[in-house]
Parts: sequence; C-alpha cells; structure tokens
Amino acid sequence: MINVKIERRLEQPRWLSVAVPVVSVAFSFLVMAVVLAVTGHDPWNTYRRLFDAAFVGSTAWTFTLESATPLLFTGLAAAAAFRMQLFNIGAEGQLYLGAIGAAGIAIWLGPHQSLTVTILMMCLCGGAAGALWALIPGALKAFGRTNEIITSLMLNYVAGQLLTYLIFDSASPWRDLSTVQTRSFPQAIPLKPSQFWPFPAPFDVSVHFGFFLALGVAVVLFVLFRFTRFGFEMNVIGDSPRAARYSGMRTRRKILAVMAISGAIAGLGGASQVGDVAHELDASPQGLQSANYGYTGIVVAALGRYNPIAVCLVAVLIGGLQNAGTFLAGADFPSGLVGVMQGIILFCALGGELLIRYRVRIPGHARVVAEDVPPAEVEAS
Amino acid sequence: MRGITKRFPGVVANDGVDFEAAAGEVHALLGENGAGKSTLSNILTGLYLQDEGTISLYGEPVRFHSPSDAIDAGIAMVHQHFRLVPPFSVAENIILGEHRAEARKLLVHPRQIERRVAELGRRYSVAVEPRARVWQLSVGEQQRVEILKALYREARILILDEPTAVLTPQESDALFETLRTMAAEGRTVIFISHKLHEVKAVADRVTVLRGGKSIATVVAAEATPRQLAAMMVGRDVELAARKERAAPPREDIAFEVEGLCVRGDRGEEAVRDLSLTVRSGEIVGVAGVAGNGQRELAEAVTGMRAPTSGTVTVAGRKLKTSDPRSAIAAGVAHVPEDRLGTGVAPSLSIAENSVLKSYRGRTVSSGPFLRWRAIGRHAVDLIHRYAVATPGPHLRARDLSGGNLQKLVLGREFSGQPKVLIAASPTRGLDVGAIETVHSYLREAASDGVAVLLISEDLDEILALADRVLVIYEGRITGAFDPGTATVEEIGLSMAGGERE
Repeated sequence: MINVKIERRLEQPRWLSVAVPVVSVAFSFLVMAVVLAVTGHDPWNTYRRLFDAAFVGSTAWTFTLESATPLLFTGLAAAAAFRMQLFNIGAEGQLYLGAIGAAGIAIWLGPHQSLTVTILMMCLCGGAAGALWALIPGALKAFGRTNEIITSLMLNYVAGQLLTYLIFDSASPWRDLSTVQTRSFPQAIPLKPSQFWPFPAPFDVSVHFGFFLALGVAVVLFVLFRFTRFGFEMNVIGDSPRAARYSGMRTRRKILAVMAISGAIAGLGGASQVGDVAHELDASPQGLQSANYGYTGIVVAALGRYNPIAVCLVAVLIGGLQNAGTFLAGADFPSGLVGVMQGIILFCALGGELLIRYRVRIPGHARVVAEDVPPAEVEAS
Repeated sequence: MRGITKRFPGVVANDGVDFEAAAGEVHALLGENGAGKSTLSNILTGLYLQDEGTISLYGEPVRFHSPSDAIDAGIAMVHQHFRLVPPFSVAENIILGEHRAEARKLLVHPRQIERRVAELGRRYSVAVEPRARVWQLSVGEQQRVEILKALYREARILILDEPTAVLTPQESDALFETLRTMAAEGRTVIFISHKLHEVKAVADRVTVLRGGKSIATVVAAEATPRQLAAMMVGRDVELAARKERAAPPREDIAFEVEGLCVRGDRGEEAVRDLSLTVRSGEIVGVAGVAGNGQRELAEAVTGMRAPTSGTVTVAGRKLKTSDPRSAIAAGVAHVPEDRLGTGVAPSLSIAENSVLKSYRGRTVSSGPFLRWRAIGRHAVDLIHRYAVATPGPHLRARDLSGGNLQKLVLGREFSGQPKVLIAASPTRGLDVGAIETVHSYLREAASDGVAVLLISEDLDEILALADRVLVIYEGRITGAFDPGTATVEEIGLSMAGGERE
C-alpha cells in the first residue's frame, strides 16, 4: 500500500510561488481537454477560440477589461483585508451598497452638474457606503470579537435584499415611477448620458474609466503595504496579533480602518458598475446580483497572493476567461460547459496553492524530508 | 541503536549516533539544544525513520514505521508538552489511543480501569485520582498521568523529555524515586536533560550528545558535573555561578507593583493582591513552579493583560493598565515567555522585528512612511552588537535558533533604553552557551541602572542572577530570600506552598 502523507512545508522556496500557479493552470487545461474530448469538442480548437475571444483583437480586449474591472475592485478589496488575516467575505454586499450610494447621489445631483463633480461624488458616496457596510462586521470583530467571516458573509444577503427592496418593493428614490409602465414593471431611474463615466479608447481598445480608477487603487495599496507604517502594522497584526499587542499597536483601530478601506474599495467597484456599465441601480436578477463579483474577487485575491499588482494581472486573466466564456457559449457549446471549464481552472489554481504550503510525501519512496521540529511546535504553528 | 543518522535539509541532526541502554537502568541523554536528543528520541518512538543505522530491542532488530509500531514494541514517551485531553478524566486519558483489545471493545469498563490506575499509582507512588478531570490537575500531576499511561500500557522502555522543567525540587526528587523503582523492576528509563545535577542524581549511565554525534557514555557516579559540561559544550564552561556585577543596586525604587489582582485565561484568580518593588540596577528574581501566576503577572505589568485591581508604578508615575503602549512609553521593556509568538512576528524579517517597538520613532520613519534603509542599518547594528548569528537582516525571525532569537529580542528591548526590564523565562529552551550570553546581558542591563524583574522557573538561574528572590505560589508572594544565604531546600519548600518557619 502506498502511504501518502501531506505535511506542512517549513520553507517555501520562491520559485514555487511562480511555478505552482503556472503548472496548475496548465494542468487544469489538460483536465478540461479530457472533458471537452468526451463531450465531443475538439480541445485544441476550443482553446484557440477561447484565447482569441479573450485576448486577440481590440474588441476582445475591450470586453475582457470590462469584465476584469469589477473583479479588480473586489479582488483588491479582499486583498487589503486578507493581508491582515481579516477575512472580509463581504465585498459582494459592500459592492451593492457602493452601487446604491453612487446611483443615489447621481440621481440627486441630476444631469446638470459637471461630469468631474458627478464622478467625484459618486466615488465618494459609493466608497463611503461600502466602507460603512464593512464597518458593521469590523466593529463587531473589534469590540465583540465575533467572527468576521460569518458576519460579513451574512450581510451580503441583507445587502442583496436591500437592493431588491429599493427597486421592486418600495417607492424609493432609486425607482423610476414616472410612467405607468414603470409603475407596474419596476425599473430603476437611469442615469442621464451626461452622467456616464468616460469610456476612452486608447490603442483602439475602449477602456472604462473604472479600470483606470482600479489601477490607481492598486498602486495606492501597493505603496500602503510596502512603504508605510500602516502597512507594517497590518503585516505584524496579520502575522501575530499577540506580537502586535506586545509592541503597542492599536489593533482595534487597525481592524476598523482596514475593514473600512476594504469596504470602500468594493464600494468603488459598485460605483464603477453604475457609472461605467449599467447606468442605473441594476437590481434585476440578471444584474449585479448574478455576477458574484465579490466572491470571484476572493479567488482573484488568493491567486494574486494578496499582492495588489499581482491581483491586477489575475483579474485581467479571469476577466478574459469570463468574457471568452460568454462568447463561446452558443448552439454548439452549452453554457454549462463554460461554467465547468471556469470551475476546473479555478479549482486547480486554488488546489495548487496547497502545494506551496504543504508537500506530499510518500514514505519509503521519495526522499524523506521532514524538518527537525518537535511535534508540539508543528501543531502549534 | 547503532550508527543512527538522520538528515534534514541543511543539517545532519544525528550523525552516526550509537546509543544503548540496558534493561533495569536509568540512562540519561545529555546534550545542548540542537545536539540531536529530540531527533534520537523521535526515531526511537517511531515519529521519524532513520536514514541510516539500526535499532535493536532486546537483541532483535526492529524498524519503526510509525509511532504505533513503537508503542506496540513497548516504548513510551513523556513529552515536554503533555499529550493529554484536558476535559477528559485521568482514566479516560490513560486508555485513549490504547491499542490492545480491552480498550477497543465497544464497551469499556471504567471501574476496572480506574481500579488498575489507582493500583499502579500506589505502587509507583505517582497516585492521581483516576476520576479527576485533567484540567483540574497541577502540572506535576499531569506528568504523573503521562507516566501512568506508560505504566498502564506496560511499557518496557520509558523516555522522558526534560521532565523536571515543570517541577519543584521536591517534586523532582519524588519523580526520581519513581524512575528508580521502575528501573529496579527491569524497565529501561531514558532521561533526557541538560541539567547536570539531575543527571547525576538519577542516572546510572550518561550518554552525551553534541552536534548530532554521540561523544561518550560514562557511568554517572564517576563523572563530575564539570566534566559532563565540558563534554556537552565541547570546551570548559563556567557553570551558572554567581558573578559580581560592575555596579550594585541603587537606592531609588524604579518599579513598584501594588495590590495587583489578575484573572487568568479561565477566569480564575491567577494573581492575588501581589505587591513588589524593584530598585534601579537591581535584579529581583520571582521563583515559582510553572502556572502559579507568573505569566499573568508579567502580562499585567507590561499592559498585555488587564488587571482587576492594583497599580503598576514606574519611576513614580502610574501606568495606564491594559495598554502596552503606555508601558513601552514609560520605559518598560519586556522579554516575553513566548518569544516566537509574542516577542516577534515570526514570519517577518529580522529587520522588521528589530523595529517592532520603535517603528513610530523619528529615526526609522518620516510621516506615514517607513525608512527601510534606516531600518536595515538599525538591524545590522543590532545583529553585530548582540552577536545574532544570521546570514543577514532579511532572514525570517522564525528561522533563527532559540538563542539567536532571544538575543534579537533582548537587543531590541535594550535599544529602547528601558528603565525597567521584565524578563519572563528568558533562557527557557536555550543551550548553555546562549544562556551564558543572556545572563551576561541581564547583568549588564542591571549595571546600567535598569530595574530587572526576572520571572523564571529555573531556580539555578535566579540564584545565579538575583539580588533578592521572591517566591510566587498561587498568585501570591509567599517568601522573600537572600540568595546568598538561603538554601535550595528552603526556597523549594516555599515554592511548593510550605510555610516558612
């Protein structure tokens, strides 16, 4: 009998953190090739179409970057919090709240403000709404020691219900009640074209304003993590809360601040969805709530190892995959299969992460490479 | 065990070690940390498989592929950190993981087991109430449970890893009696230690390990502690002896604790109405058996834990309680008991850890930004000044050895120019060489006028360093001694809760 053991690596060689994701993505394509072949599709041809649809030509890039933008925001939101071991699963809800805030202020301001003011106010209100929503689990964590995973996750459902309520179940300021038709078939008040966020097209590829905004956020986060005392404190708290307390850091404040930052980034994502894409508070079942940006963002952050720059790259890759998926789905290619493919790729990529932190050992066969650490310490760590 | 070799990436933990112990003897395994004692015992108990070499039991060659192989062969181990389940009773813990048929049956007969446990307890004078829950027991009693577990399984070979670290001198003596009884019955007791006088007291023979190699096996009665120490370290060493410091204690009271009450993790009263003072340049040692409120005391006076009442005063000014930052600002340095999880952030670099408390200061930060160059220079400086052995300041703190980690922590704490130093078990788990260094740093600090509160379970250490010895028992100071005149027995009695005449 082959006895396989999985044990924790004490050292994580640098090359692994590059090799493992690459190999696991390659592996996922191999697995998917089998699935494709079994279902009667030519794998090679499918992959070519997939790649073309995602990354070849200006139209492909336009759609890829559009899909990537919300993932960038939610990925950065998750990365900001997870880096301090603060597991904010609530980017989904914070994004809804951001959309609500941004749409609300845009409606209130009306179409006659300058676009700069409109964008600024939408970002401000969207970010603030997301931050406040995130501060609920943040405060509960800081003062009540509740588990932020549960509370932030639960609030996603509350936020979803709120979104539905504002458009479908109430006469809220977000809802269009101007015509008989919209009174019986609920609809959100659309933004006026003068309020649409710019959609410039450098190099033939049209890129939403939100994408640049997200890149800006990534750079700010990078600087914050790398060069500031705040980032240093986040690292210490994330690594050892006791050491942080020992060195006199104000852990509670940091939890609140980081939750607010994380929520604000997700909220900006919501604002960008309103200003860039939907141009209204899209509460329909096919809208914001179906996209799962918040949850995919967690995957993006994990694959990017919580590094803001890496998160940008991963978001574009995943965005491309999603974009190509919608493109592929058609008569000869069921959309379910697209889902399977995306699932396998994400599964392999995340499963590969395990190999960075753990090693598989087959006693008696492979070289025995345990570490000289008393068992008690291994358990403790 | 013949020619045992075990390699780990980068190190050879055991290099051709020969070790043999006879039935009916207490055999000590002596060596510094990192000498290979733990690896050797882990091989013998089946946790690791040796790369080379053979193990024979009673003449039969054996090969252990897992701990259960070793248990089946009659080998039991009492680890330093006990493997007990706190909410379970003593009897339940003893039959946990028991392989033989009687415990495998669906129904266990608690009465029968309890009777047997009680009987074993009487015979080897390690009596513990079989129905007591483990969490209710003192550390010494928990150790007895571990020994009972081995006896219940009829282990022929018992390995004890540093068993006296958690005991009073009197409890240690009682343990030695038990071990002798077991040996007299023909069992083999392997006693791992780095304390020379214990080895002398209990062992028939001693095998000394150094740098992964077996240096010598000698008859305990024929070797002097000095010889053993020299074999262990590889050179002549000063045994922990009192040394006069450059400067005597001063008159002014630098640190004062008054009426301190602190609750422990389980809500129990861990420190009860405790008061003490430390003068500038004085080392006050707080001796006691582990778990008598030392941790809570150290945490409360450094602001890590909120006291329920009482005050801590530094140089005449009261500290804000439960606020580490105010303690740091007042000049209270802290060498915590748990140096890896509390004293440093283990995954961050040496450089980052060297500014853990000073990163807000002008020298290493400007505005919201950190000055990484200055931090790097600071770290290099600290590494040189305190002789931290490391390839560079970018190494993760967790990759440092215990001794070097402690040098880093001490160096960082001293660089804050403290008025008071709270040192909790500063040399626990360190090797002889590192202990010497840490002690000399503590003496140096006191000579510079720092008030040092040394909280330690190692009585030898306290006697070697302290100007005054206080004994803590169940959260109270129960005795005050002059280390120059008091005997170990007197202090030990007080540590066990005995009243002083």
